[in-house]
Amino acid sequence: MASADVLKPDFATDRKHFIFNDDHEQLRESIRRFVIKELQPHAEEWEETTFPDWVFERMGELGFLGLDKPEEYGGQGGDYYTSLVLAEEIAHAHCGGLAMGLAVQTDMAMPPILAFGTEEQKQAWAAPAIRGTKILCIGITEPDAGSDVAGIKTRAVREEATGDYLINGSKTYITNGHRAHAIVLVTKTDPEAGSRMTRAAHDEARPDAERAPHEGFTLFIVPMDTEGVIREKRLKKLGMHASDTALLAFQDVRVPASAVLGQVGKGFYHIMWELQGERLIGAAGAVAGAQHVFDRTLQYAKERKAFGRSIGHFQVIRHKFAEMATKIETARQMVYTTAWRFQNGEYPVREITMAKLYAARIAVEVADECIQIHGGAGYMQEYGIERSWRDLRLNRIGAGTDEIMLDVIGRSYGL
Amino acid sequence: MARPPTREPPPIFGHIGRGSTEPPTEPRPIPPFTPEHERLRAEIREFVQTRLRPHADEWEQAEWFPNDAFRWLAEAGYLGLRFPAEYGGRGDPVAAAVLCEELARCGSGGVAAGLGAHAGIALPPIWTFGSEEQKQRYLVPGLKGEKIAALAITEPDAGSDVASIRTRARRVDGGYVVDGAKMFITGGVRADVLVTAVRTAESDDSRHRGISFLIIDRGPGVSAAPLGKLGWHASDTAEIAFDDVFVPADNLLGAEDGGFYLVMANFQWERLVMALGAIGGMQACFEATLRFVRGRDGGCSQSVRHQLAEIAMEIEAGRDVTYAALQRFVAGQEAVREVTIAKLKTQRAAFEAIDACFQIHGRHATPELERALRDARLGPIGGGTDEVMKEILGRSLGL
Repeated sequence: MASADVLKPDFATDRKHFIFNDDHEQLRESIRRFVIKELQPHAEEWEETTFPDWVFERMGELGFLGLDKPEEYGGQGGDYYTSLVLAEEIAHAHCGGLAMGLAVQTDMAMPPILAFGTEEQKQAWAAPAIRGTKILCIGITEPDAGSDVAGIKTRAVREEATGDYLINGSKTYITNGHRAHAIVLVTKTDPEAGSRMTRAAHDEARPDAERAPHEGFTLFIVPMDTEGVIREKRLKKLGMHASDTALLAFQDVRVPASAVLGQVGKGFYHIMWELQGERLIGAAGAVAGAQHVFDRTLQYAKERKAFGRSIGHFQVIRHKFAEMATKIETARQMVYTTAWRFQNGEYPVREITMAKLYAARIAVEVADECIQIHGGAGYMQEYGIERSWRDLRLNRIGAGTDEIMLDVIGRSYGL
Repeated sequence: MARPPTREPPPIFGHIGRGSTEPPTEPRPIPPFTPEHERLRAEIREFVQTRLRPHADEWEQAEWFPNDAFRWLAEAGYLGLRFPAEYGGRGDPVAAAVLCEELARCGSGGVAAGLGAHAGIALPPIWTFGSEEQKQRYLVPGLKGEKIAALAITEPDAGSDVASIRTRARRVDGGYVVDGAKMFITGGVRADVLVTAVRTAESDDSRHRGISFLIIDRGPGVSAAPLGKLGWHASDTAEIAFDDVFVPADNLLGAEDGGFYLVMANFQWERLVMALGAIGGMQACFEATLRFVRGRDGGCSQSVRHQLAEIAMEIEAGRDVTYAALQRFVAGQEAVREVTIAKLKTQRAAFEAIDACFQIHGRHATPELERALRDARLGPIGGGTDEVMKEILGRSLGL
């Protein structure tokens, strides 16, 4: 190698990760164009009104709601990485609530239906959800059971005479809860279920270790227009204002046995499996959100002048950007490597948990640093930075808090 | 819309009813590593465990390890993993990366650094910029462990700011005469060969010009004194003085006055080596702490469980970001930003992770853990300080 061959830094080169090929990049381009042209212009307005249902229909029309879903249900049959691409590019809408509402549809409610559902259920719910004509939500959390999933109280009782189930209980913090056509609902079919179990994280890390406490939970697909399903108040939130978040009540909701999703009594395992996909896609979204607010702030730091130069050229500001870039790059590589494991048939619960924890934390840290770099402007709504700060904060809570993640990781080492 | 790419069906559809019957799939090594590399890893781990680690305490006490260690490594075929077969290597930088990670388990940062500095830092410039004759004279015996090399760039008054070096090389008949001093040179006491940055010309317009590299054989006028350090005790880190040392013209490495290139060329590999070493070091300390916590009476409190989870997460974070940078590097792609990030991310993380391991051990901390903590503190300083890494990154963002 002669000195002429020594590679010099060229920070504009293509930095595509090895998990992505040219097709992914084309997909990325087309999603980004759509998001910037058709969604981003409405971001401000949707903060006030929540985003409209036509977004689902339009994205269904474009095929974006079924990128990695089987073709027989109208999906595109792509690999897992295509859903990562969507999660990353949707961040360009600069609308956290929108990204969350879509992710609930594509990566939280749909996967269990496709994985555990009957052919009839897939045709009835997954196919129209992929088309964007039906909207889904998923009901796990309850007023008295959040992290402690096994502590849920919503009961489904089988009526011997008819074989139907009667569901009673309530669910809260349900994204898409007001607009949804159906809910994937976690219930207890065995009244004893979860009674010997108080440590949810223990369950998550070692679902095999102690089987019995996790039996007795069952998933249902419940149409939201069923009698007895009550959409209570819209919950007001710190951020994610563009999404609708519901408190739901279920009063003697009667569903046929065909509404059971998966196996009766195995709902806990089904939902723990679902959470893995949710967390990884959540991590990807957190990284993308952090990158987005980073990019806006970098632009600002180059333009904003103080003491005779752009603020980005002060060393302490430059180093803040270096630290943020390091955090974002690290989180991104954790997501990609974990996605690679996932795509290769591993079930990398530990790594998913680590990626989710790390990405959530750094997203919050990055958003906070970006407000700081903006100074007063960062505190004002006009610049949209405070919105990112509010929206990204949810990542450390949703889909499992930081503390649950740490417990899952710790328990995965037998601690 | 264009049809998106299809590979195997997503595994998400293949794991129905987890927690029941299916055995977990055997994990595949993360690219760029292959199953072959994992076999090599097991082999090297065994070597490190049986041939190096038993001597760690003794060598730390002696603040020295024998030159034999280089030969052991060479005989096992590990010293030249990165270099072409024609010079006695294996031509596989990924295999060399395995070695870097595994050497961190030898129980002494100084030994790992001493062995690593020779093969990973001092010899690469000879391979990259040397003439065929220079390669035969220095690289081939170097990879056999017969000639030990050290890279000498840093000076008492020039650390991060490489362009300000002052060691002078005057042109004389048949070669150069070198005067000056070098500082913090790993392996400098024992080195048979010093790959040395010298100033061959004063340049007004650019301080980067006028730097050249000379391969200096130990001989009259070259003296070295060992330096006491916070950690890395087994490493013979030296201050070196050159007093009217004659160097034949044949020993000019690369182009005259073009040495700044050479300084920069190996930085990426050196920083990758450090990142890999940090990962290996963290992992070893984590495993030791895990054994300690599992083995003691009274089990594990939630606080300790979370501390260990934090450490494990940091290791995974460091590993993923480093492997991705390594992947780019070995594919021949420009990877300055990625490598810089990997270095910055892992060095402080390793020190903090090992500090946390130390804290968990409390009064039960082993001398080896205490040593690992001191050794790890060099990470954010050596190979370019964290602050220099931030400067590189900040400038790459146009700031």
